[in-house]
Amino acid sequence: MRVSKHPSRVGTRVRFAVSGPEDHGVGLPGVLWLPAILALAFLALPLVALITRVPWATLPTLLAAPEIGTALGLSLLSASLATLLSLIFGIPLAWFLARSGRWPPAVRRLLRAVVTVPLVLPPVVGGVALLLLLGRRGLIGQYLNAWFGLQLPFSTAAVVIAETFVAMPFLVLAVEGALRGADRRFEQAAATLGASRWYIFRRITLPLIAPGVTAGAVLCFARALGEFGATITFAGNFPGTTQTMPLAAYLALETNPDAAYVISLVLLAVAITVLFSLRERWIRGVSA
Amino acid sequence: MRRALVGLSSRSQKLRRLPGSVLSMVLLPVVLVALVGCSAAASAPESSVKNTEASADPSSNPALSGTIVVDAAASLTGSFTAIASAFKALHPDVTVTLNFGSSAALASAIVAGAPVDVFAAASATTMATVTTAGLTATPPKVFARNSLEIAVPPGNPGKVSGIRDFGDSAKKIALCAPQVPCGAAAAIAFAAAGVTPAPSTLEQDVKAALTKVQLGEVDAAMVYRTDVIAAGSKVIGIEFAESAKAVTSYPIAPVTKRANSASAAAFAAFVLTPAAQTILANAGFQAP
Repeated sequence: MRVSKHPSRVGTRVRFAVSGPEDHGVGLPGVLWLPAILALAFLALPLVALITRVPWATLPTLLAAPEIGTALGLSLLSASLATLLSLIFGIPLAWFLARSGRWPPAVRRLLRAVVTVPLVLPPVVGGVALLLLLGRRGLIGQYLNAWFGLQLPFSTAAVVIAETFVAMPFLVLAVEGALRGADRRFEQAAATLGASRWYIFRRITLPLIAPGVTAGAVLCFARALGEFGATITFAGNFPGTTQTMPLAAYLALETNPDAAYVISLVLLAVAITVLFSLRERWIRGVSA
Repeated sequence: MRRALVGLSSRSQKLRRLPGSVLSMVLLPVVLVALVGCSAAASAPESSVKNTEASADPSSNPALSGTIVVDAAASLTGSFTAIASAFKALHPDVTVTLNFGSSAALASAIVAGAPVDVFAAASATTMATVTTAGLTATPPKVFARNSLEIAVPPGNPGKVSGIRDFGDSAKKIALCAPQVPCGAAAAIAFAAAGVTPAPSTLEQDVKAALTKVQLGEVDAAMVYRTDVIAAGSKVIGIEFAESAKAVTSYPIAPVTKRANSASAAAFAAFVLTPAAQTILANAGFQAP
């Protein structure tokens, strides 16, 4: 998020003025090379091991299985919807957290802890918690069921909710960081010129934090795409309705590891493609 | 002026932070060495055990010692914990480490080289994975049988009375996925009853299916008789005639090429003794 080589970018000028010289001139100290390479190997080698086990000979047959296409389509749809929901609700929440300076510190810390909880909660526990809230006997779910006949578990909507629950904190924390780093004098200047709050948010604040929002959305999408525990617990597993790629991979592992490797490979390819292309676009956006 | 001040303070913050990063850099190799040391230490006692066991006669010598790892199907959690305590009472110098999980996952782990001394599976198929890899020291022996039962929430909100209700799409039904043993067994029972089930979800294991019943999210699930007994008053069990057609057998075998083969063989044999069989019967298992 802080790697722009263009210190002239408005709003983030102060930070880049500080970090600029390090980015340009001085190279990585020799003593850091080894841990850096070890870290890269640690992250990349498991994927290499996975790829070596992919049965290339039977790959086309396994890929042609209709379940894979269905699961992939469902995964992409639900992860996109989860990211969209996270953007709609997460950016305002991030704004709330970043501008809560006048609140008692205890309240602020509590709020941030609540927002971070889904990151540290085991996803299966998150799924159970969602069932207890939105299930048909849940805190809210019983009324949804009684008043509207709405039963969320075992539906595609439940997949989106589970993924949003687990992935939204990534977006909120990234956007909050960007908001804290943004130069508020631009907002103040716009206000003195008579701009409304909504206009300032739209035309000043959002463009200022755009890189942070993009980075947060990418993380959020990636987390949603790989979501397993909360999804299988809250939404269950049924092909075409709730069976996303990670669920299909897990169940394939039980009887047909080759199919599981192929599903994992597809998921990996999709994730890398999306992350890679979005990242490029973001860097272009900053340097434009 | 303000910018310069901000820059200065950020820079001094960076400097203050530096010792932390140096510390972690120094710590990384220490942690790595410690990890390597741990695994070396863990393997050391095993080799020393091997030396003492070499002179011992495995069949009759009661003076067994060392540590054995027992991998058992998740449905054996309660009974194998009790059996391990009973075994420990007979052989106080043996430490039994229990590891429960999906039989298929455990079998894959053993084939992949997991350090396991005894394997107790919930199906002949999963045991066959280990046997065909040539990793069982002696032929597997069936030590228990389990049959299916319908589990419904207390009060039976869906008014489920038998296996026919599983074909009613108006009811919320949880089944095990066909890839896991309880799902495979259920498929046989449905075929025998001539019922086409209409499940809302295909759960990843029997405990997950039971959880959905306990939370009241489904009207019924097809689980093992032992699961209904273990759940106590949280679910109600309904027996059905076709369950006799889908009885699953539980085989056990010591794993080959392990240092503590004497203790492993003794544990596998102990599971078939009357003391252990009583524990299994109390948990709802049928005799082999």
